Amino acid sequence: MKWGVVRFPGSLDDGDAIWALADVMGQEAFILWHKEESIRGAECVLLPGGFSYGDYLRTGAIARFSPIMKSVAKFAADGGLVIGICNGFQILCEAHLLPGALTRNRTLSFICERVHVRVENASTPFTRAAHNGDVLRLPIKHGEGLYVAPEDELRQMEERGQVVLRYVDASGRESDDANLNGSTRAIAGVANERFNVFGLMPHPEHAVEPMLGGTDGLKIFQSIAQGPR
Amino acid sequence: MKEQPVALPGEPKVDLEQARGHGLAPDEYAKIEKLLGRTPTFTELGVFSVMWSEHCSYKSSRLHLKKLPSKSPLVVQGPGENAGAIDVGDGWAAVFKIESHNHPSFVEPYQGAATGVGGILRDIFTMGARPIANMDSLKFGSFDHPRTRYLLGGVVGGIGGYGNCVGVPTVAGEVMFDPAYNGNILVNAFCLGLVRKDEMMSARARGPGNPVIYVGSATGRDGIHGASLLASAEFGKESDAKRPTVQVGDPFTEKLLIEACLEAGKTGAIVAIQDMGAAGLTSSSSEMAARGGLGIELDLDRIPLREAGLTPYEILLSESQERMLIVGERGREAELMAVFEKWDLHAVAIGTITEDRRWRARWHGQTVADIPVGALADEAPLYDRPAAPRKPLPTSHPPQDGRVKEGVTPSAGLRALLDSPNVASKKWVYRQYDSMVQSNTIEGPGGDAAVMRIKHSIRGIALKVDSNPRACALDPYLGAVATVCEAARNVACVGARPVGITNCLNYGNPERPEVMWDFVRGVEGLRDAANAFGAPVVSGNVSFYNETEGRGIMPTPTIAVLGSMADFSKHVGQFFRNPGDAIAILRTARPSLAASEYAATFGVDGGALSPIDLAKEAALVDALVGGVEDGLIQSAHDVSEGGLAVAIAEACFNPAGNFGAEIDSARLGGTDAAGLFGEGPSTVVLSLRDVDVARVEKLFAGRGFEFSVVGRVTREARLKVSSVFDEDVNELVRIYREAIPRRLKGGD
Repeated sequence: MKWGVVRFPGSLDDGDAIWALADVMGQEAFILWHKEESIRGAECVLLPGGFSYGDYLRTGAIARFSPIMKSVAKFAADGGLVIGICNGFQILCEAHLLPGALTRNRTLSFICERVHVRVENASTPFTRAAHNGDVLRLPIKHGEGLYVAPEDELRQMEERGQVVLRYVDASGRESDDANLNGSTRAIAGVANERFNVFGLMPHPEHAVEPMLGGTDGLKIFQSIAQGPR
Repeated sequence: MKEQPVALPGEPKVDLEQARGHGLAPDEYAKIEKLLGRTPTFTELGVFSVMWSEHCSYKSSRLHLKKLPSKSPLVVQGPGENAGAIDVGDGWAAVFKIESHNHPSFVEPYQGAATGVGGILRDIFTMGARPIANMDSLKFGSFDHPRTRYLLGGVVGGIGGYGNCVGVPTVAGEVMFDPAYNGNILVNAFCLGLVRKDEMMSARARGPGNPVIYVGSATGRDGIHGASLLASAEFGKESDAKRPTVQVGDPFTEKLLIEACLEAGKTGAIVAIQDMGAAGLTSSSSEMAARGGLGIELDLDRIPLREAGLTPYEILLSESQERMLIVGERGREAELMAVFEKWDLHAVAIGTITEDRRWRARWHGQTVADIPVGALADEAPLYDRPAAPRKPLPTSHPPQDGRVKEGVTPSAGLRALLDSPNVASKKWVYRQYDSMVQSNTIEGPGGDAAVMRIKHSIRGIALKVDSNPRACALDPYLGAVATVCEAARNVACVGARPVGITNCLNYGNPERPEVMWDFVRGVEGLRDAANAFGAPVVSGNVSFYNETEGRGIMPTPTIAVLGSMADFSKHVGQFFRNPGDAIAILRTARPSLAASEYAATFGVDGGALSPIDLAKEAALVDALVGGVEDGLIQSAHDVSEGGLAVAIAEACFNPAGNFGAEIDSARLGGTDAAGLFGEGPSTVVLSLRDVDVARVEKLFAGRGFEFSVVGRVTREARLKVSSVFDEDVNELVRIYREAIPRRLKGGD
């Protein structure tokens, strides 16, 4: 699969995404510069973590207006696979490619820690290599990852299976302690209604090697590498 | 074209009084007049005052810093550039340096700490190295002090706010709380970068006629006299009034500068590059010219300004952040400009390298400064300040809350120490830092030392920063030696050989002979210990005047040691791994309560420091690394704050599941307070497989230090020292993890 990783000014985990995809998994992965207008034949577009444009206004608020995002939106509208990690998730929400928004962690501080998430819907193109109920150990590192959405929208999302990942403890149980950033319904990752756009706060690209915190992140990328449904 | 610099309309008159107001001594002012052969202009006076400040000129320390060893076969770059560099194998050089940002962080903790991180990053990437890891050494006042929580929150927020935003992981550090820092906190920021040995950049100007290019943020009025009036003077009652001398950081621009400068470096069109740090445009331009034995002419009308109306004085002295000065190759300006344009950075040619060794600034068609380059750099004052021995400083404080002084049971002692913020888990701090970005962090914060891999190689780098001010307060020489030994031991515990040192020497007012004595003895200790480990000091920084209203800090040489690993996959951690493993200790001498956390916590006199046998220390480090490299060691943990009992407890606190330990007290060689809680000289707690004990014994035999098996790792999470205590490890972990969060919630 050909992966395009968008590099905004202030992207930070773009190199890590390329490392995970190309060096660890042997996929074809290239950088898409934010000033470009073409996604150059990418079959999956990845919006990486970081602080695009400094995130001084609101996380992701400026990045959504960059030239590349026009093509990403069109690609998504045509059914192309798009994954946003951390800041990428924030950008996808700002661009209305995903429902909801990400706000300040309830601790009011940045949190860098390995957490557990449960796969709530393993039939998406982003999770099909896993099973429902699988617990993945992935790191989070963000200051604004508290997921919010209107209550009726959340209900619909749950019904449609759009809540893809939820923070749980190591044994797979939901608990307040396991929901570090305080996300509504402990939501860690969501998909759009068509299930071709996916955003998550945890970093699968930082869980692809045994010596660097385990390999559970590979599940996400291996799912996507199987191609669109 | 010779032209006398002119006084500008409305400028203050220059005389001795004016010079004093700029922090210059009368003889220094006289020297300026002599060097120029005339009275300086107001602009020139400002320029001299920053360049000759303690912070920029090292006038009180230069003489002594020369004693430090700076050579070894692995040194790629010693002192004198933006940072030092050590060969770490496979064609890579590790570029690293530590620097203080103490005064600004006390005045404005968030921005002070943030810009400290920004400044040290620029010293690394100007060497052409990609910054790959940060560390910080932090000292705060006592937790009971009213400002401590505010300062802690601000500093940690600032380090995270900047470091997280530029994509450089913060992988290790240290935090200490002691009343000695109530009026002067310390924020020492370290950065490590990697560069191909043959692609290193320099801060040495070459080639008359080459253009001087300004890149980055516009120049504002912030930070004027940060170096001279803030960093080179003590605090009085009015320290809040110095807030305008603290700069404001913009990590987003910094991230762009990192990428753009590294990319521009690849063109080969950069001749020299330096950060406009302390003393801004003045220091970067004059230092680059001085290193190259050349001159420089600046056109101040071309400097990008944040607001109209800045005077030449303000432009030259501004310490606005995220600004770089580059000497480019003539004729290749367009190549450089294209890179900066790609990254949306403002770049403009503002001057030229000249042959005449003069530092000249022009503004509105007239010369406003014309100074021999050497006068600013080489001719800066050099002082051999008087030094006089002093008595040991108190390092413990009588208990304020009626805590028992005598008759502390070992169990109560252990619990009290695990609850001390100096011993307790610092997770509250480091979980606010991104420690993973760039995918090189094999061991992050919380261990003895961080371990970074080098991608596409099996080689690794270990790093740790340490300080031991209480030991330095008792004996500034032995304290400095102990600090180097501890940092070296920490990198050895993960399996790395110490190969390089950077230091940040934090002291009080050097004009006081007893402070100068502390400093001189500290440098001598650093020298001797660095020599013993064969680890040269390749970069560093001195921070004097850490005093408020006449009270100084404890002498605090902060030492970061870089370790080199032939194969990072062989590293070990501090936690026990297998039930049934033997627990052993390595020791160079009997521990004592001198300078210990126990003595400070319970207000007891710990006595004098024991002498340190550097040959034994080096042998221990060498043997330990050999043991890890041979795969004979399962875990290794250095005994530091809290002593042996705390170190064994910490080794049980495996995040993957707590272990226990059964220790035979008869083999500890003493279970009094000194035996259980004493610190230093060196002790390391090991765990090893039973089958490896005989081999390790043989490997370590005759090396001059003690090796003894003292117990066994157990699956049951209890810490048992026969007939001394029997503790529930899960409960100890709770105390250890909650100590800092509980205090921050106001529960104490």
